[in-house]
Amino acid sequence: MATGLSTHVTARRRPRRTRTLPDLAPVVFGLARLQVSYGRHRAVRDVTMTVHEREITALIGPSGCGKSTVLRSLNRMNDLVPGARVSGRVTYRGHDLYGPGVDPIEVRRRIGMVFQRPTPFAKSIYDNVAYGPRAAAGRRGRLRKAELDDRVEEALTGAALWDEVKDKLKSSGLALSGGQQQRLCIARAIAVRPDVMLMDEPCSALDPVATAKIEDLMLRLRHEMTIVIVTHHMHQAARVSDRTAFFTADTDSEGERHGRLVEYDATEKIFNRPADRRTEDYISGRFG
Amino acid sequence: MPPTTEKTGTRGAPLRLGDRVFAGASTGAGVLILVILAGVAAFLVSEAWPAVTAPSEEIPGEDNIVLYIWPLLFGTLLSAFLALVIATPLAVAIALFISHYAPRSVATILGYVIDLLAAVPSIIYGLWGAQVLAPQTVDPTQWLEDNLGFIPLFDGPASATGRTMLTVTLVLAVMILPICTAVVREAFLQTPRLHEEASLALGATRWEMIRMSVLPFGRSAIVGGAMLGLGRALGETMAVAMVLSVSGDVTFDLISQANPSTIAANVALSFPESSGTEINVLIASGLVLFIVTLLVNMAARAVINRRRDFSGAN
Ligand SMILES: Nc1ncnc2c1ncn2[C@@H]1O[C@H](COP(=O)(O)OP(=O)(O)O)[C@@H](O)[C@H]1O
Ligand SMILES: [Mg+2]
Repeated sequence: MATGLSTHVTARRRPRRTRTLPDLAPVVFGLARLQVSYGRHRAVRDVTMTVHEREITALIGPSGCGKSTVLRSLNRMNDLVPGARVSGRVTYRGHDLYGPGVDPIEVRRRIGMVFQRPTPFAKSIYDNVAYGPRAAAGRRGRLRKAELDDRVEEALTGAALWDEVKDKLKSSGLALSGGQQQRLCIARAIAVRPDVMLMDEPCSALDPVATAKIEDLMLRLRHEMTIVIVTHHMHQAARVSDRTAFFTADTDSEGERHGRLVEYDATEKIFNRPADRRTEDYISGRFG
Repeated sequence: MPPTTEKTGTRGAPLRLGDRVFAGASTGAGVLILVILAGVAAFLVSEAWPAVTAPSEEIPGEDNIVLYIWPLLFGTLLSAFLALVIATPLAVAIALFISHYAPRSVATILGYVIDLLAAVPSIIYGLWGAQVLAPQTVDPTQWLEDNLGFIPLFDGPASATGRTMLTVTLVLAVMILPICTAVVREAFLQTPRLHEEASLALGATRWEMIRMSVLPFGRSAIVGGAMLGLGRALGETMAVAMVLSVSGDVTFDLISQANPSTIAANVALSFPESSGTEINVLIASGLVLFIVTLLVNMAARAVINRRRDFSGAN
């Protein structure tokens, strides 16, 4: 099984081994003993890791181990869940993300997010993409039409969707196929020109062809932004990511499950020479 | 029951019988509704016909049936439409407050209060409108006449009793508020969390999120709730009959003593003293109301179905 996997790893479009991973790349996120609880339930605890600039960081692990929870703590989406509490420290480019005076709206403008299921708004393709820029500009004077057109084209091109939709920008975003809808959501997030893109299982509702397109897109976007992706699909993590964090869930004496970070390292190392036995079991398919 | 069913009378058979009974009952109920509707329409048409053919001297107060019904239709449409204009934005605002702004405890209480409004009988609204609200409107309507008299709606002279079209529309607005609010609130509460989060993840404020995700999602519910309210306002009888001072004038002036009546209120007020052709005339006006309500419902369906791609309700 281990050989099978390494074949897969070397068969990637872009051989990962050639990309060196300088630990010197600027740190975008620093997580120190992060713990997130929903009410009295500690969903995930003791997460310490760093996310580096212009890399793709994958979070993998069995379902319920807190991957989405960690991801959502990076752009303060957990604020929206009643009863959710974050402790420990999360820094974004050196600033405490949960410090006083931090505006979550500004945080989310810089740190975009794409969800598991495509969520186009019930508006035209154009309006979907223009939404973020319009909202941001609305608070600071209007955006000129030509400027907005440029932003929309730029974002749709960036999301590899422009050629497919350029003649029907006025039609509904909901009329697109699932894969196109997800790329529309990525375009919508790109249009805000974020520094970081968080993706929570962005391909889980898509077929293999659509998945391959999104993976290509991520590899291209990596040149412009930092990406953190949650995936339950190990091969996807192996194909696209630079670093991989493996999470698991322990059951305590009261039968409660708490997620925790087991191992975090270069993807190549996690998939070929994992340090922890649990990681090895998981990636070789013996668990979860 | 066929003998085979009896022989194989295992656990599956009674279920199949139940299915058949249920299918029959629901089909029957559906057909029954159509039959009743057709029966009502047939009754209205057959009873209204003598009024159409009747000589002009038998039409109370007017030369022909059209002239008789027209002011009533006008009053009906004007009062119902204005009530809708007042109630719909209010209903949307209250529904939004309940679904997205209020703390849960406040939202629950407010929800109950609104639902309670729906349970108040219309005679109570009539009493309240005539005894409480109408006198309260006298000073404000005088102010409207003095300051905004150039707008035809506030042409005046302002009524000294407050039993005006304005008061009626306010009462009707309060009466249709619960049904509008309930429908809209349900839709808002069902906005997928994912869509709300998708907006917020783009750096939207809460209001921007509502405009982008919640309102489009609730659009067909807003139209639906408004139309239900409109239906209720069109047919409202007692509240209008008790509040409105009627002259039969066709006018957009909302604050004067001279107002058109509405079809439903007119039937209620005139029926006891009517006989012969007069009754046919009233029934003819009822037929017009029936048709208007039907048209309103069809229009609502058309609006809801139009551009389904953009409705977000899938
Ligand atoms: N909104 C929420 N409210 C309460 N509990 C939640 C919520 N979201 C997630 N959880 C709990 O937190 C734990 C981790 O969930 P999640 O982060 O979604 O895991 P993963 O993405 O790895 O599948 C689970 O036990 C889940 O039940
Ligand atoms: Mg998840």
